[in-house]
Amino acid sequence: MELREYDLNMGPQHPSTHGVLRLKLAVDNEVVLGVEPVLGYLHRGMEKLWESLTYTQVVPLTDRLDYIAALSNNLGYCLAVEKLAGIEVPKRARYVRVVLAELQRLASHLAWLGFMANDIGAMSVLLYAFEAREDVLDLFEEYCGARLTIHGIRIGGAVRDLDTPLVSRIRAVLERIPKRLEDVRALLDENRIWKERTVGVGRIAAAAAIDYGLTGPGLRACGLAWDMRKDIPYSSYDDFAFDVPLGTNGDVYDRYLVRLEEICQSIRIVGQALDGLPGGEFTAKVPRVLKIAPGEVFHTIEAPKGVLGFTVRSNGTDKPERVKMKSPSFINLQALDHMCRGNLFSDVVGILGSLDIVLGEIDK
Amino acid sequence: MTPFVADVLIPVGKIVAVILYPMVMVVVMIWLERRVVALMQLRLGPNRVGFQGLAQPVADAVKLFFKEDIRQRQADKLLFGISPVLVMASSLLAFCFLPLGEPIRIGTYTLTLWIAESPVGLLIVLGLSSISVFGVIFGGWAANSKYPLMGALRSVVQVLSYEIPLGLTVLTVAFAARSMDLVEIVRRQEASGVWYGFLMPVSFVVFWISAVAETNRAPFDLPEAESELVAGYHTEYSGMKFAYFYMAEYAHMVLVSSLVVILFFGGWLAPFPSVKALDFLDVVPGFVWYLVKLMFFLYLYVWIRATFPRYRFDSLIRLVWKWLIPLALVNLLVVVLVRYLL
Repeated sequence: MELREYDLNMGPQHPSTHGVLRLKLAVDNEVVLGVEPVLGYLHRGMEKLWESLTYTQVVPLTDRLDYIAALSNNLGYCLAVEKLAGIEVPKRARYVRVVLAELQRLASHLAWLGFMANDIGAMSVLLYAFEAREDVLDLFEEYCGARLTIHGIRIGGAVRDLDTPLVSRIRAVLERIPKRLEDVRALLDENRIWKERTVGVGRIAAAAAIDYGLTGPGLRACGLAWDMRKDIPYSSYDDFAFDVPLGTNGDVYDRYLVRLEEICQSIRIVGQALDGLPGGEFTAKVPRVLKIAPGEVFHTIEAPKGVLGFTVRSNGTDKPERVKMKSPSFINLQALDHMCRGNLFSDVVGILGSLDIVLGEIDK
Repeated sequence: MTPFVADVLIPVGKIVAVILYPMVMVVVMIWLERRVVALMQLRLGPNRVGFQGLAQPVADAVKLFFKEDIRQRQADKLLFGISPVLVMASSLLAFCFLPLGEPIRIGTYTLTLWIAESPVGLLIVLGLSSISVFGVIFGGWAANSKYPLMGALRSVVQVLSYEIPLGLTVLTVAFAARSMDLVEIVRRQEASGVWYGFLMPVSFVVFWISAVAETNRAPFDLPEAESELVAGYHTEYSGMKFAYFYMAEYAHMVLVSSLVVILFFGGWLAPFPSVKALDFLDVVPGFVWYLVKLMFFLYLYVWIRATFPRYRFDSLIRLVWKWLIPLALVNLLVVVLVRYLL
């Protein structure tokens, strides 16, 4: 029988497209010939909406972009606005932001670990990872009352100070997480099935990764040390000693290892920030109605999923004239086609999982 | 005992029992799976309906019974309807041949704990369990949709491939017992004093791996890999038809685990027959021993599922053709030689 190439529609209602993503797959039997992501099912017109809100009103809406790492969006947007308005953030506030942002990275990577393992069929890992994530979310709950859309960072600083009980609680959680990661790694790292499903799968060479504009752990798994926290430090990241974990092959397994190592590095950074927490204010004095003189800035941060950039243009009123977001998931998703070609259909879910996308950020 | 009881009541009772028994085991297995996996994953699992959630599968079945039976316009009506029945019936039918325990003497009458004893019982059971493949491929084809078709294709390739090592290891048991009669195989194990699982560990291991693959269970659950194929061959099914597929899968697991117990672990026999100090174990009825062993293997299914990621299709097929089949062939050769020389 002659095998014919046919299209397979994956999503927008599919258990492992991580939201309302639709993939149009061209397959020959089970070999993938091409992947075309179809977007827009979660489009809420965020960027346009922001033009009708004041600078401060935009912040809680950024939570709804990458809702797995809501706080990183807050940070990216607030840093851009502060740069535009020339607001000096006190040192303590910068440290508090680092603590929160790294905890958010922990939560985001742990959620990714669970989802990705579940896509490959290791069901238990999902629950183990989420138990650890739960611990981190409890910290956020104690910090500001919210767990998912945290809205913990405000223009000029943070929403609250880190008090002593919370600091000791954070330390306790940080001690527990490596133990839980050990459990997961014992299940996966040297598991033959896991390695067969990930090693050499979804490979992308460093040059191609740059062409696609891949950022974040996906890029670092190719062996390129490109981390905004090191290369263009913001929010006092240059005060802390940490490594940028790198992979060599740029395959799913390396992305997995890089993210696990980043979790350990985040724990290191939070520990240092808590040790060196300076005195002072946790937020700068910012006028209630913030009016910014005409200008335009672009600011990038290292979000858990990659480089997150905000372009903010002001026109002298209390509302931004234009806010443009460069979301890492959107750009990383472009590389999916390149990574999937020639792989089997089963691997598409694994590769998609390894990219760590969030539809809230892609469709905006 | 009156002829009426012996010729009518007991056979009818057995027929009812052979349908009820797999159903009860299916309920227990679904409960065991959900509860044990939940506990392994730091969850609670169903614990509300009945004692410790035992009635949850029953509640689920009742719910499915009242669900709408969706029939796609593009589906092949006949095949779509037949396949769940085919899958279910072939699994249930095989239970007729399974000896569940020692025959019970009531006066002059001997009550056997099986419905049919056949000199080729082993072949019949294997044949019946293979018929369920037809149900799967009919179901996947009849739905006239891409995901079920892919699931069905995967399933057929997988089951047919794993049937070979399964058959080869079953042959070793047949050679060792010089019989294909399931009752006779247990009796031989009783006579020789050692269970075939310990006598031929390679056979057991190959059989067990193939059995897990044959029942499409994790880590070989590709035909219904939910993260890839949504639900595999029964994606388009709903209501009671879906419940049939679902229950048949569990019935198949019970069937295969029973086979492992009968072929390799002495069926209803009590352990350690040669140790005098453990003679009191004989007090426990054979059926209970059988159940204990069966539960162990069912538990093993659940344990494996909670631990391993899923195989990819190519490595799954590589595993069987490059490793299991050669291993089973060599194993068969060794067993035959040893049996011939002894």
